[in-house]
Amino acid sequence: MATYSTNEFKAGLKLLLDGDPQAIVENEFVKPGKGQAFNRVKLRNLRTGRVLEKTFKSGESVEAADVMDTEMQYLYNDGEFWHFMVPDTFEQYAVGEAALGDAGQWLKEQDVCTVTLWNGEPLSVVPPSFVEMKITECDPGVRGDTAQGGTKPATLESGAVVKVPLFVEEGETVRVDTRNGEYVSRV
Amino acid sequence: MSDWRPGAAPARPARARLLAGLRAFFAARGVLEVETPVLGRGAPQDPMLESWEAQAPGGERGFLQTSPEYPMKRLLADGAPDIYQIARVFRGGEFGPRHNPEFTLLEWYRLGLDHRALAREVVALIADQAALFPEWRTSRGCEEIAYADLFQATLGVDPLAADAAALERVAAAHGLTIGGELDRDGWLDALISLVIAPGFPPDRLTILHDYPESQAVLARPCAGRPGYAARFELYWGDLELANGYHELTDPDLFRQRRERDIAQRRARGQPLPPVDVHLEAALESGLPDCAGVALGVDRLLMRLLGVSRIDQVIDFPWPRA
Repeated sequence: MATYSTNEFKAGLKLLLDGDPQAIVENEFVKPGKGQAFNRVKLRNLRTGRVLEKTFKSGESVEAADVMDTEMQYLYNDGEFWHFMVPDTFEQYAVGEAALGDAGQWLKEQDVCTVTLWNGEPLSVVPPSFVEMKITECDPGVRGDTAQGGTKPATLESGAVVKVPLFVEEGETVRVDTRNGEYVSRV
Repeated sequence: MSDWRPGAAPARPARARLLAGLRAFFAARGVLEVETPVLGRGAPQDPMLESWEAQAPGGERGFLQTSPEYPMKRLLADGAPDIYQIARVFRGGEFGPRHNPEFTLLEWYRLGLDHRALAREVVALIADQAALFPEWRTSRGCEEIAYADLFQATLGVDPLAADAAALERVAAAHGLTIGGELDRDGWLDALISLVIAPGFPPDRLTILHDYPESQAVLARPCAGRPGYAARFELYWGDLELANGYHELTDPDLFRQRRERDIAQRRARGQPLPPVDVHLEAALESGLPDCAGVALGVDRLLMRLLGVSRIDQVIDFPWPRA
């Protein structure tokens, strides 16, 4: 069983607490000059996304969470699970809706995503920062209006809806930043 | 790329002025500036402080001082008058928004004063410095309160009568739970640092005096308050600035406390640095009746400038030292 001592605590470190994997968001050292030292830690529960604060006596050890980020290719959705594959080993993982979260709206077959595994089970999925997708539905553009930077909603092949400039047409492929859901360019 | 640049340029002139201001304060009061070794052959056994060990290429061991207390007391035992020192000190494992493992400590000793009188001199020193420069912040008001009274007033608990389990319940009632097992003193520290001090008014000074004997360190027992020691701490808002004692002069009691500290270190598996033999001999020879205090200069600077992190007043904090 791997453990971390409080003096190894830093942002990003993953701990197993209350049965859940939790990532350190912030770690603050508190100590009276002549007294006991403490670590006040802000943690994000990787399963629920909830953030909570915990205090440890300095010098304590906490069990490490066996959490690993792995690059995987998205294969297909069978209606219940989203299937991913590790390109080097052809190992496949089925991800349920809870673990998939918001990543689902950015998935395109064969794109490479970061799948976080906890004890070998998928915990969360981070899509590529940029994806290129075809517009399946949007209103026709209005000519001559491009200078004003107006936008209109467009539905992508994955089902996601993004705001695109008025000159972008249905059937075109666009590049989108998945971190903020914003249109970047035409492809 | 190397992060070589200093990080506290705005505080740099203020630090220089503060150092000059402190020296002027003591010059006006006839207190003598002294220097003592930063590197010693022995180290304090206090389980709450970890000395930073230094090793010479030939193998000789030394320990960077956690404070200049021991050699300054040897000066006093030798007949030195009131003395002060602005020293660089080192504390292993202490790093955070309010801690840097190397920092500047102002330590001074006053013959014939007790801890309460010396605490008031610390307040005078702070007021004196803040008044030097109109752009510096000043503290507002000062509250003097005994440790026991503070616990009674804020948490309704007697710090000596309550055991660890009772203090744990008090903490839980204030939303504080701790990972790891704490003894009674550990819980008292947790309550002070994480529950009580955060509630001190932001710019008020608080003199907290007469600590439980189990936290006496090198303070003498409190006359007229059994179970307590003649120790004080000074806070500016919720920030601890200074720690002082009506100094312990009894060599037998000194040895007893050292044995207690060593036993605690053993029990916790902490390193056991060599004992400083000279302070014990100096106490045997006779330390005059005096009070001493150590004040964190970097923290005072933080408060005078109204900044919240110690790396805002230290150009090269430990990660970039």
